[in-house]
Amino acid sequence: MAEEKKPWWHSTVDAFDTFLRVPGTVTSKGAHIRDGIDLKRVMIMVVISLVPAALFAMYNIGYQTSSLYGLGWTFIQMFGYGLLRMIPLFAVSYIVGLGIEFASAQIRGEEVNEGYLVTGFLIPLIVPVDVPLWMLALAVAFSVLLVKEVFGGTGMNIWNPALVARAFLFFAYPSSMSGSSVWVSKAWLGSLKGVDAISAATPLAIANEGGVAALDKAGYSFMDMFWGLIPGSTGETCVVAILIGALILVGSGVASWKIMLSSIAGGLLVGWFGQLAGGIPSYYHIVMGGFLFGSVFMATDPVTAAQTETGKWIYGFLVGALAVVVRLWNPGYMEGMMLAILLMNTMAPLIDHCVVSAATSRRAKKTMNA
Amino acid sequence: MSHNLDLKKGLNIPLKGVAAPEVVKNVVPDIVAVKPTDFNGLVPRLLVKEGDAVKAGTPVMAHKMCPEILLTSPVSGVVKEIVRGEKRKLLAVLIKASETQEFVEFGAKAPASAQETKDLLLATGLWGSLIQRPYGVLAGLDATPKAIFISSFSTAPLAADNDFAFDNALQDIQAGVDALSKIAPVHLCLRKESEASSVFHKVENAVLHSVSGPHPAGNVGVQISHIAPIRKGECVWTIAPCHLVALGHVVNSGKLDLSRKVAVTGPAAEKTAYVQCLPGTPVNEITSVQDGTRIIGGDVLSGTTLGPDGYLGFFDNQISILKEGHEREWFGWAKPFRTKVFSSSRCYFSWLTPGKKYSLDTNLHGGPRAFVETKCFEDVTPMDIFPIYLIKACLAGDIEKMEKFGIYEVLPEDLALCDYVDPSKNEIQAIIQKGIDLMIKEMA
Repeated sequence: MAEEKKPWWHSTVDAFDTFLRVPGTVTSKGAHIRDGIDLKRVMIMVVISLVPAALFAMYNIGYQTSSLYGLGWTFIQMFGYGLLRMIPLFAVSYIVGLGIEFASAQIRGEEVNEGYLVTGFLIPLIVPVDVPLWMLALAVAFSVLLVKEVFGGTGMNIWNPALVARAFLFFAYPSSMSGSSVWVSKAWLGSLKGVDAISAATPLAIANEGGVAALDKAGYSFMDMFWGLIPGSTGETCVVAILIGALILVGSGVASWKIMLSSIAGGLLVGWFGQLAGGIPSYYHIVMGGFLFGSVFMATDPVTAAQTETGKWIYGFLVGALAVVVRLWNPGYMEGMMLAILLMNTMAPLIDHCVVSAATSRRAKKTMNA
Repeated sequence: MSHNLDLKKGLNIPLKGVAAPEVVKNVVPDIVAVKPTDFNGLVPRLLVKEGDAVKAGTPVMAHKMCPEILLTSPVSGVVKEIVRGEKRKLLAVLIKASETQEFVEFGAKAPASAQETKDLLLATGLWGSLIQRPYGVLAGLDATPKAIFISSFSTAPLAADNDFAFDNALQDIQAGVDALSKIAPVHLCLRKESEASSVFHKVENAVLHSVSGPHPAGNVGVQISHIAPIRKGECVWTIAPCHLVALGHVVNSGKLDLSRKVAVTGPAAEKTAYVQCLPGTPVNEITSVQDGTRIIGGDVLSGTTLGPDGYLGFFDNQISILKEGHEREWFGWAKPFRTKVFSSSRCYFSWLTPGKKYSLDTNLHGGPRAFVETKCFEDVTPMDIFPIYLIKACLAGDIEKMEKFGIYEVLPEDLALCDYVDPSKNEIQAIIQKGIDLMIKEMA
């Protein structure tokens, strides 16, 4: 880019330009050399880690439709149907979200932030597949505008924007987000027009009603839930795919393994209390619903999570513990992960404040004695 | 009490262009510059005018607020030019060196008291080589430091090897340590790996500490924060080995000799080796200067750009030469492998080739963003502080928080690696310096 005065649309031009080529800017002060890493690379690593879950989601969407409506599809048909159903979700999420990001960057005269690359990929993975696209668009617009841009964009937000989009849908349009008839896709299938939606509750809802016995009756074993061929939000069902994603995130150092681990520990511990009180085995909580997906991809968002290392242990533990507390003791609403993470996003600065205060007073004491 | 520090956090950047341990030339410069801008906090007042004859050791400038603090000429010759910048800011005094060198005689005598050492430091102009922490400013005349710290080695990228540079300077080092120890206890931090070969390990009359670990383990600030953390109201002085040797040389011979072995380093340097020269020597006499390169006095993390017409700084014992990275790489961030770019992050695959050295350039590799990933700062800061909180306190200009989060213990150079690793490309060193400047202003 030339050094002359930039035109007013430079944010948009720069965004595409730097997407294709590394900017030619050189260091002007501070360290003369810089690491090859930038936020684009960090964000793309998260997107890559989400790909297994997304691919499995496509297969599972077709699988659920095929098996419940008795369509007898082949693997290719199942995956193809899932692909066709997911593409509009991704398209709406990215077009609406990036549109607002570009517009905001333009208004502020800054470069376009990369954060939405991840958010835009996450949102389609945490909603029921048949969610109406206009609702999705509205939720995306709400979360990007009011949760991110008003705070100043990526890095400034308090809550995870993808989760807020989901929370918006959940509270604004509960009938499209919960219950037992939203999880299996039948939209777009001419042959199923007029056929009543088959009730297919998520294992989490079934377990909430009748424990392991009900799960067995419905035909969901632990291994089914582990492999993920169950009804649920599109990307959250397959433990294997999520663990592959977790490996990529931890291996690349993008997300904190401390948060993932402590969240699971928190969930297991509270689940164990529930188990003692006659509930389902605590490890069921990890494989059901959005617990693992939330622990791996949502709670670890570096912007909204705790920033101190000790804080990360506390934050993660409380996310997991609260999620299972909601599941066990809130009869009306069984998916506690979303609210647990949003609540802990709110609390993360407080946790950090306590950790930092404790450390500085310890340090002050140490230097007094030195 | 001597400490044994085994630091784990930090990063050694695998940069090509380490200086071969040989002195390839001894530069006898035509022109030498005395630059007041090398000294943090010095407000210069000229003591000479164009045409004046000076000897090596003759005062050229004084500090306006404290006229006892002098800057002296490193050579004998004639003042050729007074260089001024905007608003007549004094930038440099250029001295044309004479054929034969004459020295101001300071008397070869070991100081017997703190005052005698201080007088000697003031008279020779070596007072300016003392850096006072907190804030990294000129040492105060009436300050009583609780200790004087010397790091005998540097872990900065391609830093000069002091064991080579001072291999036969034991007598001067010892004399310098003896003189300084009249003022305050001298702490000498040694590199654990070079115990057998280093001349510094033979020094007596100082508290010796053994330090190991990746950069910034060799930074004196990091060592102080572990050995004698600076409390509010306290101060510590530091001095670089080359100035310690110069002080010792004055004590032993009565003459000021600032010449040193300067490491010419970096991937864009034509020949990487040592050059014997004085501070203030023109860069183009030390090394050949090519278009499209950046010449840095000091290391690549916290050195200053000298430019092809610049002069070696008073504190520099290294010149780093890098290629300017204006080239734009296609799909840089999206490529699975970027073989020419090093990253300490595991998002790239440099960690698979641990022995590989890189020809890095000055490209920023991204655009400025808000802070997102911040654990990387802690990973390269082996001090008991929370870097991101200190940085944010500096940004907010919050004095109380800056104090709480350790502003007394850091200089920008100690957090230079944060500059390097930040994926959001923030200027951490500049932020810290701004915080320090605010502290100086508010606490004065």
